[in-house]
Amino acid sequence: MHFDTPLAFRSGAQLDAYDLTYETYGTLNAAKSNAVLVCHALNASHHVAGFYAEDPKNVGWWDNMIGPGKPLDTDKFFVIGVNNPGGCFGSTGPASIKPGTGEPYGSSFPVVTVEDWVDAQARLADRLGIERFAAVMGGSLGAMQALQWAIAYPRRIANAIVIAAAPKLSAQNIAFNEVARQAITTDPDFHGGDFYTYNVVPRRGLRLARMIGHITYLSDDAMMEKFGRSLRSGAINFHFDVDFEVESYLRHQGDKFAEYFDANTYLLITRALDYFDPAGACDGNLTRALAPVKARFFIASFTSDWRFAPERSREIVKALLDNRADVCYAEIDAPHGHDAFLLDDPRYHALLRAYFDNVARECGAAA
Amino acid sequence: MNTSLPVPAIAGRADLEAIAAWVAPGASVLDLGCGEGLLLQFLKQSRDVRGYGIEISDANVLACVKNSVSVIQSNLETGLAGFDAGSFDYVILSQTLQAMRHTEEIIMEMLRVGRQGIVSFPNFGYWPQRLQIMRGRMPVSDVLPYNWYDTPNVHLCTLEDFEAFCAAHGVRILERIVMQGERRISFAPNLRGSVAVYRFEKK
Repeated sequence: MHFDTPLAFRSGAQLDAYDLTYETYGTLNAAKSNAVLVCHALNASHHVAGFYAEDPKNVGWWDNMIGPGKPLDTDKFFVIGVNNPGGCFGSTGPASIKPGTGEPYGSSFPVVTVEDWVDAQARLADRLGIERFAAVMGGSLGAMQALQWAIAYPRRIANAIVIAAAPKLSAQNIAFNEVARQAITTDPDFHGGDFYTYNVVPRRGLRLARMIGHITYLSDDAMMEKFGRSLRSGAINFHFDVDFEVESYLRHQGDKFAEYFDANTYLLITRALDYFDPAGACDGNLTRALAPVKARFFIASFTSDWRFAPERSREIVKALLDNRADVCYAEIDAPHGHDAFLLDDPRYHALLRAYFDNVARECGAAA
Repeated sequence: MNTSLPVPAIAGRADLEAIAAWVAPGASVLDLGCGEGLLLQFLKQSRDVRGYGIEISDANVLACVKNSVSVIQSNLETGLAGFDAGSFDYVILSQTLQAMRHTEEIIMEMLRVGRQGIVSFPNFGYWPQRLQIMRGRMPVSDVLPYNWYDTPNVHLCTLEDFEAFCAAHGVRILERIVMQGERRISFAPNLRGSVAVYRFEKK
């Protein structure tokens, strides 16, 4: 969808015109009360569920959660997935042509924030005629967007579904992001962000960034369980090529990622993560930052998630409680680390199914 | 209590009805070990109470979500560190005190976080239980339905034990209700009552 009205960013920059790529599932009811916005995290897109007839292998990134009869039931809800500005899945981003130049934005694409994304999503909601979302949902960085929705647009969101979240990054979180960014920006093929004109891709940087990211998404136990110290060829080979299965896995993930993801988008998204800190504007007081909230919250964390550990979710829970907001908080004993939010854990899914059943009743979205 | 409202949710839990009657309309309540959230659901519907439950069990958290009760999954044994002092009007611990390992700590935590505390617990001094012990067996009854080897209860007490505990810990008892089934007991409560409910505050 094309937008002609300028979108102003927190940085002071703006996009005069932009496109947002989105997908919808299910049917918007007559009252327009059953819409659920699903926000994506670092490497995902607007394609949250299902698959395309012409590309059956391209299954949506949250397909186990969203679809007919699933916890977020598209027989009841009208679900929207949107690629955020700065992304690389169709919405205006660094690889898009900058108006008037004939060249991609590249390094000149403005630094975007979670707040900016939420503003853009609100514009999309306006255009779709959705005054108020039954729920805004996300995991990880997506959860930060759901939280931001509840702060910035308290009257436009009835429920915030906040999974594996943190109210802001820790120094360690930022440090991992910085290593990933350095991997990209020091790749000779990066060309200061303007690699498009050189017809190259900073593949090595993207691979490394993805490998580092992947390590933080999994728990130590989950990695040990999955790979152990298994050897590719059954024996060590006294070289520095792949010996261990885990090395092979990381390289494979890195290679795959470098094929489809944009290096500038990676920089932008990790920066948005770094900068997100709603309490920052309130002297670090998250309780005050969440004072405008009117939405009910469902918050879940996973015990083995060390990237955004349960303590981080509890900070949000406490601030909501201080404001006497309605909140359900589940701490799910799952071994998979941060990635658990994308996996099919029966307890986790049962909770969301129950929560969404109530949301459906409230908003009159019964199938 | 507003008896015109349907109360099937807490039917059979006379202690919960007694607790509900004590809670002022519009108050804020923290229910420790809230189970399926039935008390909170009742308080919300009948007394416009802003309530939160704390539960450790996955099944109970799910039940609370289904009942539209605000619930926080957490282990009470680690205290109420996430809660500010004086942040609730009432902190309730119903039928859970006897199963807590850190009894003293939780009572003190209740009075740190809440202006008042409310507990209910089975009275170990109830006469049929005394009788069973006299006969040489650990008591099993409707309020203590466990065998000695499978009971979650680790800190059982009588009314007099609890009152002595309060006196020794600077806790002022404001009200007490003793029951046997649905009946209120006023004569010889430590002998005739099977369940006790106390409302208390810090001295």
